[in-house]
Amino acid sequence: MAEHKDRLTELDAAIGDADHGTNMDRGMRAVVAKLEGTEEGDLARLFKTVGMTLVATVGGAAGPLYGTLFLRMATAVGERSELDAEGWATVLEAGVGGVQDRGKAVAGDKTMVDALLPAAAAFRATVDRGGSGAEAWHRAAVAARAGVKATIPMVARKGRASYLGERSAGHQDPGATSSYLLVECGAEVLGSTQAVSR
Amino acid sequence: MKKLINAPDDVVREELEGMALAHPDLVRVSLDPFMVLRADAPVRGKVGLVSGGGSGHEPMHGGFVGRGMLDAACPGQVFTSPTPDQILAATKAVDGGAGVVHIVKNYTGDVLNFEMAAELAREEGIDVEAVVIDDDVAVKDSLYTAGRRGVGATVLAEKLCGAAAEQGRALKEVADICRHVDELGRSMGMALTSCATPAAGRPTFELGDDEMEIGIGIHGEPGRERMKVAPACDVVAMLAGTIVDDLPFRAGDNVLAFVNGMGGTPLIELYVVYRELHAFLAERGITIQRNLVGSYITSLEMAGCSITLLKLDDELVELWDAPVVTAGLRWGA
Repeated sequence: MAEHKDRLTELDAAIGDADHGTNMDRGMRAVVAKLEGTEEGDLARLFKTVGMTLVATVGGAAGPLYGTLFLRMATAVGERSELDAEGWATVLEAGVGGVQDRGKAVAGDKTMVDALLPAAAAFRATVDRGGSGAEAWHRAAVAARAGVKATIPMVARKGRASYLGERSAGHQDPGATSSYLLVECGAEVLGSTQAVSR
Repeated sequence: MKKLINAPDDVVREELEGMALAHPDLVRVSLDPFMVLRADAPVRGKVGLVSGGGSGHEPMHGGFVGRGMLDAACPGQVFTSPTPDQILAATKAVDGGAGVVHIVKNYTGDVLNFEMAAELAREEGIDVEAVVIDDDVAVKDSLYTAGRRGVGATVLAEKLCGAAAEQGRALKEVADICRHVDELGRSMGMALTSCATPAAGRPTFELGDDEMEIGIGIHGEPGRERMKVAPACDVVAMLAGTIVDDLPFRAGDNVLAFVNGMGGTPLIELYVVYRELHAFLAERGITIQRNLVGSYITSLEMAGCSITLLKLDDELVELWDAPVVTAGLRWGA
């Protein structure tokens, strides 16, 4: 988020209020600070800490949406201390479901959901046909990126960009972009040595 | 763009510190989390009123905290919603046992953060009624957008509900007055120039020297139409015409007419606008029974104005005239 801060703000300036990069950077810095010294192994606590920190520091619509994403992941992870590919698929689906519950967005509304839904679906599809977790992360990142690109011609139906009506078409959605960045980070860290092209 | 600040990251905190120093008789300020609280909060047995939103719209909301108006304001960063933990803290700080009304402007961020905060407050046993204000007629109200934005009617709702709460009315009654104001109030704004958030440092949008944006939002969101700058009478006809047709306001109606400056427009121009609005409404048989002229819901240094009309009845007039003692509005006390 720090690396892409200016890009996110630039995208937001075109169809929103020019604060998405600043807000996500502030939130993720706070998360990193909070996670230092956190015990490993308690995944629910880990996800909950991330969610509550984002809720408290990001602001905007992104705060409660990303906060809810991680809080739902915390609920879905339950008592587990490790996640296999199947477990990740389930946890990701729960998180994305939380984003949809909170924001009421569906596919095609030009929001975070347009990156997150295809990512979770690609992850699940890969796992279902026996693919590895590493491959699933890779495919999820590729799907998220395609989802981001697909937001460009869309007319926004949720969030501040929806006020622009037709004028929102032709711009890449900043929320979908930050969602893709998260999935891409997941792929980089958890998804093998296979580089995901930017 | 030039700013009279020390550092972009410190603006909101330093503004709050300034408010605390300037108005210790009216407010208490918390810096962690950011809150402006009525000095004597919580008031036992009185419904608490909490609002909030991004900073950059001063005097809204912090300047409206005090007797006869808000009990707490939760300022976010500039043009950024406050967070649920912050709103929850404010809700708890002002709950005098009679419940708390959240007055929320209809922006996705504000709505989601207040919604989460209300859920958390209810879990802690506080009665919360949330009312979303969406009075901006520039935005199409359809299933395919986030709906109309909350603008000028928010200021009026905060004053009117504040008076009702001060009279000791119950939670549901105060919330109903807020909904009533939202139903009967309509607004539309325009910009002559852009504005720049301290963090970005450059204009949020570009507007040519000879252009204006009709239907602007208070965060610089583009409006309905961009056109060549026109005389005040034409601008008023465009704004007021859309507003009057929308409710609709009819001959014989009594209204509160609110001419608001966006932050960079001098009062001399706002009175010119008020003059035009007065003539426009008189021609249609609409009587201005009360008025408010000045910069109350702003967009940093943006030049421009908005017009809000609220259809009045006897109850609303009485609530409007009731005493109010805040940094931003003060009369009758």
